[in-house]
Amino acid sequence: MKGLFPIISVLAGLAVVPLVAHSNVTLNFLVVALMIALAGQGWNILGGYGGQYSFGHAAFFGTGAYVTAILQMRYGVNAWIAFACGIAASAALGAFLGALTFRSGLRGSYFALVTLAFAEVLRIIASVAPITGAGVGTLLKLDLGVRTLQFQSRAVFYWIILALVGISLVATRLIERSRFGVWLIAVRENEDAAKALGVNANGVKMAAMLISAAMTATAGCFYAQYFLFVDSGIAYGTWISIQALLTPIIGGVGTVFGPLLGALVVKLLGECAKLLAGDAPGLDLIIYGGVLVLVIWFVPRGLIGGLLHLHSLILRRSGPAAPPMEEARHG
Amino acid sequence: MVEPLLAVDRVSCRFGGLLAVNAASLTAGEGRITALIGPNGAGKTTLFSIISGFIRANDGVVRYAGDIITGEPPHRLARRGIARTFQIVQPFVGLSVRENILVGAHLHHRTRDTALAAADQVGRDVGLGDLLDRPADTLTVAGRKRLELARALAIEPKLLLLDEVLAGLNPSEIRDIVPVIRGLCGRGITILMIEHVMQAVMSLAEHVFVLAEGRIIAEGSPAQVVANPIVVEAYLGHGAAVKLGASHER
Repeated sequence: MKGLFPIISVLAGLAVVPLVAHSNVTLNFLVVALMIALAGQGWNILGGYGGQYSFGHAAFFGTGAYVTAILQMRYGVNAWIAFACGIAASAALGAFLGALTFRSGLRGSYFALVTLAFAEVLRIIASVAPITGAGVGTLLKLDLGVRTLQFQSRAVFYWIILALVGISLVATRLIERSRFGVWLIAVRENEDAAKALGVNANGVKMAAMLISAAMTATAGCFYAQYFLFVDSGIAYGTWISIQALLTPIIGGVGTVFGPLLGALVVKLLGECAKLLAGDAPGLDLIIYGGVLVLVIWFVPRGLIGGLLHLHSLILRRSGPAAPPMEEARHG
Repeated sequence: MVEPLLAVDRVSCRFGGLLAVNAASLTAGEGRITALIGPNGAGKTTLFSIISGFIRANDGVVRYAGDIITGEPPHRLARRGIARTFQIVQPFVGLSVRENILVGAHLHHRTRDTALAAADQVGRDVGLGDLLDRPADTLTVAGRKRLELARALAIEPKLLLLDEVLAGLNPSEIRDIVPVIRGLCGRGITILMIEHVMQAVMSLAEHVFVLAEGRIIAEGSPAQVVANPIVVEAYLGHGAAVKLGASHER
């Protein structure tokens, strides 16, 4: 299949890491980075390809995490089924939020504000409702095994999240090259023009919201299984909303690899900050803000966009079809 | 007489206190080019937006191919075969020319390969064949107008609403694009065009409707319409027709 080769090579490269690096710190770092990449890929479908900038993807991440944890702890549901239910519940929430916002024609900053408020409402509810464990949170019982989706080895978790990221990359590539993807991008670029060409703009946005919610929720479900603990600040906190939109924006909005690259860069910078300044609260946010400003200033289409631009410049300089003006300037 | 492909029947549209379109009726005969002219602010674009489903009419009925289509959303109308271009061109600026046309081509071509082939064909038909890989925002005004036309054609319309596709073009560019429009008509596409460039209206349209202050004030062949004193006064003000007539006689 055309276009899948880069994805397979990247996945293969990442898959051998646990065989080389045995340090738990390294693996833990990569697991969290991949989890953020998955949440970011979800945001990227709706925000990057669809142009609907959500500031509240925590709503999906948190719902995935809570549903996975609560079904197991309170209702004794099998971990795999709970995981799937977490994704489904979040997709349903996405459909609800989509119907609410898109049908009433909210765009741009209004859409962003509503999503932000939505996630915040869920956070407040989760911090008081008995079913979520309120302020105490929900703790999953440690019970290792394939059936309970809990593993001693971090490498296994690493391969699981890598596989999930792999699926999201392939799905994004397939969407990009499908009719749905073309229409989604058209809606991002100009909604009225898209409608005039027969695109059901609301339908397309709804579908993107569903896929987006499901992907980000998968990261949340994984979080619950990996850390075995969820509370309202983790699940619905702004940290995940910020990371979910920061990683694709830094990596490259509307590109397949943007969120993955962005997540690795953002997490690496976060770790460097910790090494430099200890655990000063909020320092990572300052760094993220700084990086965001730099990226938007110098490579507005993200790191991938910048690399592609550089690539085309090099091609143009070395290619036979270089326009004479360019040659004169560089020669 | 054959049933017209499009029949607008006493359509009105009100924006607050302003009656933008006032019981306007017009028809577009199948396979013909019909023009809609009128002074600035007459309500031409509003009427187009009503026909293409972007604005809801307060009153009146739009019939297309025998069906009442008033109030249907734009994407459904596009599926029925109604395409429109925008007066202020609306390219997808982040995309290439080919990708722009592809959006429309996907309406009737599900797979990427057939849609791309269709898009390339449409691009060549309107004279953008050499520019398909260019980013849409690097096109000249004339190029953008052609792109607007190409995208609309890519949905394989039966009825094409052209909103000032010639505005902003120089005379030689107009000379280039007029045959393209005539060619579309030759392929059986019904065209309703808003146009200010009278030279093009005279050479293209078989039938002309004149809209002024929201009302259809005249209709007929291009020659009849430009000779109509009511039309002249709508453009140049009350009494202008008499003065013009006098100066011609002198």
